[in-house]
Amino acid sequence: MKNPSYWKDNLKLVGILLSVWFVVSFVCGILLVDLLNHVRVGGFKLGFWFAQQGSIFVFVILVFVYAHLAKKLDRKHGVEEQ
Amino acid sequence: MSLQVLTYIVVGVSFVLYVGIAFATKARSTSEFYVAGRGINPVVNGMATAADWMSAASFISMAGMIAFLGYDGSVYLMGWTGGYVVLALLLAPYLRKFGRYTVPEFVGDRYGSQTARTVAVICLIVISFTYVIGQMRGVGIVFSRFLNVELVWGLITGMLIVWVYAVLGGMKGITYTQVAQYCVLIFAYTVPAVFIAFQLTGWLVPQVGFGASLNDGSGFLLDRLDQVVTDLGFTMYTDGSKAMIDVFFITVVLMLGTAGLPHVIVRFFTVKRVQDARISAGYALLFIALLYTAAPSVAALARWNLTETIQPGVVGTETGNLEYEQRPDWFKTWEKTGLVSFDDKNDDGRIQYYNDTNESFKDKAAEYGWEGNELTINRDIIVLANPEIAGLPDWVIALVAAGGIAAALSTAAGLLLVISAAISHDLIKSVFSRDISEKRELTASRITVTVAIICAGYVGFNPPDFVSQIVAYAFGLAASSLFPVILLGIFSVRMNKEGAVAGMLTGLIFTVTYILLFRGIIMEPLLPNTPEYWLFGISPEGIGAVGALLNFVVAITVSRLTPKPSEELVEMVEKMRVPN
Repeated sequence: MKNPSYWKDNLKLVGILLSVWFVVSFVCGILLVDLLNHVRVGGFKLGFWFAQQGSIFVFVILVFVYAHLAKKLDRKHGVEEQ
Repeated sequence: MSLQVLTYIVVGVSFVLYVGIAFATKARSTSEFYVAGRGINPVVNGMATAADWMSAASFISMAGMIAFLGYDGSVYLMGWTGGYVVLALLLAPYLRKFGRYTVPEFVGDRYGSQTARTVAVICLIVISFTYVIGQMRGVGIVFSRFLNVELVWGLITGMLIVWVYAVLGGMKGITYTQVAQYCVLIFAYTVPAVFIAFQLTGWLVPQVGFGASLNDGSGFLLDRLDQVVTDLGFTMYTDGSKAMIDVFFITVVLMLGTAGLPHVIVRFFTVKRVQDARISAGYALLFIALLYTAAPSVAALARWNLTETIQPGVVGTETGNLEYEQRPDWFKTWEKTGLVSFDDKNDDGRIQYYNDTNESFKDKAAEYGWEGNELTINRDIIVLANPEIAGLPDWVIALVAAGGIAAALSTAAGLLLVISAAISHDLIKSVFSRDISEKRELTASRITVTVAIICAGYVGFNPPDFVSQIVAYAFGLAASSLFPVILLGIFSVRMNKEGAVAGMLTGLIFTVTYILLFRGIIMEPLLPNTPEYWLFGISPEGIGAVGALLNFVVAITVSRLTPKPSEELVEMVEKMRVPN
């Protein structure tokens, strides 16, 4: 296999970012929504906020962070594009 | 100037803009026609992707659905944005590196199988065609409601516009028109949202107003909303009535389905490099989020506004409800379209709007002298009538019409292009006539776009009864058929054609069967569509997630029992995984 360490690092990066994706939407917005709704932030119940607004903010940040870190990873392993 | 004339002018100007762009961006090669010559700037592509993705449903219907569903509406918000994280991290960069023109071509080449490619073509056409019909309906609805044009002429105008830029410019023309359409639709969505947020909360940013207190000093918007809707027997706004497992599975379906939609995936084939595909996904999601974070605010503000308008006084008192004769102008305007209707069941001349299906509220309603809910509201009203409800100037109303049309046309064009590319490139070129010249392939794809537009327009005008039901399931079909096969094609070197075909068919057949079982669509449903009968309490909307899981299990098992993919295929996968 070509460059196995690059692929391993890449899977690790994607895995970490996807766990954040899972936590903000499925965990905070759905599974633990009732529990988090006991916490209030301004006019929001926290669980409801994650489900209707917070998760989307985090998603946008995640994709940009991924683009940035993936580029760094390419460079580290010498596989970046010309 | 009358509103009608103003709307004609605003919509007309937007059409001239789209057609002008089409003539400026004519496609001269198959590469330009299918993937815009792979020269699109990542920010431009992000904007085009946002318009491509945000359809008539996102623009016209979503805020209304959330307004009436409350917390349960979160599935659309999380599902239709979270899918981009999956797409960006797991699919887009690799598919771009693989460097093909269409999604079935990727499937066919990765698995070295014409059968796999043909099955993918079938999945693509089923998914995209049901989706495009919804867009045609959207165009027709906006035309007939805002411009007083017969539905058929609305459809024909919409079809002609799409035809001009799709046939002339292919993906290149579509991309630049979608950029213009994004600007129109986001402006049209944001202006009324800003006004209504400011009126009710004093905040100019709707996303902030969502969590703010009301101007009347009565408390936070969401708290007051919870209170007024429960006073009328509805479920608390910030609390859903769907079971948690169902919310979970529907969200999974919408996310994976989004990532597996061919017309979205191909947008990432149009950029120059792998890194551009990654960045571009970020911009796409950012542009989408501008609308998707405004939508829940619009939903909550509109629900509040509506409830307060109908029930200005104390619930249960004789004068607490709005007198029908005193109803506001927007009510009268939209009554004519049938989207709002009033039926004075207790003959008191006042409008009672409450949840008459709530058993525990029945006694109270009887005590108030209410004899049933008297107001029927179509959910599309929330966005379409928003500017009138908020008392905004006429040009804003005209803008909303242009925005709705932009949203529907941009999505329709993207869908029609992937359908025609699948037919001309994946079927005609690869199955029937391999040595077709580039010029003839280009002509063939222009003809298939034309045919696809005519079919979509025809079905849009004469929708079979089951169409509106099917559209909701396009995501389940995409999630259970295409998504797993694409993902495994990248992340499992061992995955072979036998596994892919078996997986796709299992996912598709299981999901379709389950939906038919409960919804019938083309037959009588065999089981009542209620939670007691559902598998683990998962509704037909959420079953695509189970279909996707089965697809993965079957594909992996079958691939381990059948021969390994050839050396060349393995090498192809390994090459796809590195950017250079």
